[in-house]
Amino acid sequence: MVTSAAPRHAAPPVHAGPARMTATPPPIPTLLDSDVVRPAPPASRAIKAQVENFSFFYSTVQALADVSLPFRERAITALIGPSGCGKTTLLRCFNRMHDLYPGNRYVGRILLHPDNLNIVAREVDPISLRMRISMVFQKPNPFPKSIFENVAYGLRLRGIRSRSELEGRIQVALEDAALWGEVKDRLRKPAYDLSGGQQQRLCIARALANEPEVLLLDEPTSALDPIATSRIEDLIVELKERVTIAIVTHNMQQAARISDYTAFMYLGKLIEYGATAEVFQNPKCKETEDYVTGRFG
Amino acid sequence: MIVTDRFIARTRLQDRAFSVLGATLTVGAMLFLGILLFDLARDGLSRIDWQFLTSFPSRRPGMAGVLSAWVGSLLIMLVTAVTAIPLGIAAGVYLEEYARKNWFATAIEINITNLAGVPSIIFGLMALGLFVFRFNFGQSILAGGLTLGCLILPIVIVSTREALRTIPRGMREAAYALGATRWQVARHHLLPYSLPGIATGVIIAISRAIGETAPLITIGALTFIAFLPPAPVTLDPEFAVQPLKWVWSPFTVLPIQMFNWVSRPGDDFLRNAAATGIILIGLTLTMNAVAVVLRYRMRRRIKW
Repeated sequence: MVTSAAPRHAAPPVHAGPARMTATPPPIPTLLDSDVVRPAPPASRAIKAQVENFSFFYSTVQALADVSLPFRERAITALIGPSGCGKTTLLRCFNRMHDLYPGNRYVGRILLHPDNLNIVAREVDPISLRMRISMVFQKPNPFPKSIFENVAYGLRLRGIRSRSELEGRIQVALEDAALWGEVKDRLRKPAYDLSGGQQQRLCIARALANEPEVLLLDEPTSALDPIATSRIEDLIVELKERVTIAIVTHNMQQAARISDYTAFMYLGKLIEYGATAEVFQNPKCKETEDYVTGRFG
Repeated sequence: MIVTDRFIARTRLQDRAFSVLGATLTVGAMLFLGILLFDLARDGLSRIDWQFLTSFPSRRPGMAGVLSAWVGSLLIMLVTAVTAIPLGIAAGVYLEEYARKNWFATAIEINITNLAGVPSIIFGLMALGLFVFRFNFGQSILAGGLTLGCLILPIVIVSTREALRTIPRGMREAAYALGATRWQVARHHLLPYSLPGIATGVIIAISRAIGETAPLITIGALTFIAFLPPAPVTLDPEFAVQPLKWVWSPFTVLPIQMFNWVSRPGDDFLRNAAATGIILIGLTLTMNAVAVVLRYRMRRRIKW
């Protein structure tokens, strides 16, 4: 593994038949090949959220140290890095999820544009923040209610009562999440009857129904099979035209395939940030190169 | 690695030995309960008839009945349930979802757990001082119901908290992430999802309370009641003006009636006691059955 340039989460293995075994093996595609990585975004886009000298503490344990990076509008920013590097911790700061558990402390600023709101400031109400920023979790977590009620819940919390408005918005959200065709005849059925991939798309619909400004995705495909994963990846790419997306992923191919910008984190620090093509093909730091080429992680 | 057949045979033997031991003990316990029930049924079953259920206690065993006792038991349970269940569930939700986790919360938690193990007669003593004398409730249904309410409050709180803890963290986080307040999370998600667990705990608590004798004797429940409380139990024109008048009425309950008859000489009173015991056990088993059905039906709707 040390000398191999193959990434850790290799692409689906090439099924070499007996005839192939004698011939020279074809080169294994790596992330350094340009066709695997998304082309660089046309121009740098307006900043939707800016993390500034931000640190985070789980009571006394420091999980993030002096992180600064932008999240750009109409773009997907991927947070990558080995387990425990703080990428999920950073993502969960955006909707103040850490407020639910005692002893957590934010230091520094995360500014949400256009109104320059410091997300982690004590005086900012996390409820009003969560009305603007939605999240999809690692494990699909629909409520044990009907499909309809799952998507309706966020809208009800936002004071929408009218039946027809709820129905309209739910249809749009389910269409946006590429789920409408599969569930339109069984909206009243329990969400738990859906498959894992459908459940995760339902969770995306639930998040989208609220028309968020920022969509946080915490390893949204790690519990899913490859087919469900690729559907959700396509969906995420489509959605970025409407909402700023931040995605945490363990899967470097995924980051390379779908993101426009990539931030590599290690041990609570931001090591490198840049256009995804740059980070994967021309990394500036040794650690980034080692990680994206699968030498460690 | 090579594992000898003898070694595997030995581990198998241990496995077999435990299953035999477990089966023996289970059958033994069931047998014991069966004999107890059979004995009770042999003594008392023939005594249970319409007359027994609709008569007041009497000096003549053949004319005596448990009317005032079962009405008393039901009314006491009503007061107990109405006070302890909402209070216990609210306290459980508060402690689990709202209270900060500090030394004070820990102290309260330990105290509640201990309270669930305090002998019931101690609750009776507390109720005698507090409800009967300090609040001047007298030896009334209200005082008795509140006493048993205190007794089962810790059980309700503990089972509420246990039920809340079984809800996956992802459910809470999903609701909070959508912008719900703590109350909305509790009201829309945690309470509905934990209802099967809470209901089970509540019904077990109530069926414990229905068999309690000591605390009610301590607060001075009467053993001989030859009248029923006022409306709505009996037809009473005052009901419209004072709908809660019945809570001030003196009372007796099934276990007290049973205790009273057991302590009398004569086989006939013993037969009455056995019959009362059967009614009490029937009531408890019915409530437990309701708990099982409720839990099953509610669990079927909730899965994750």
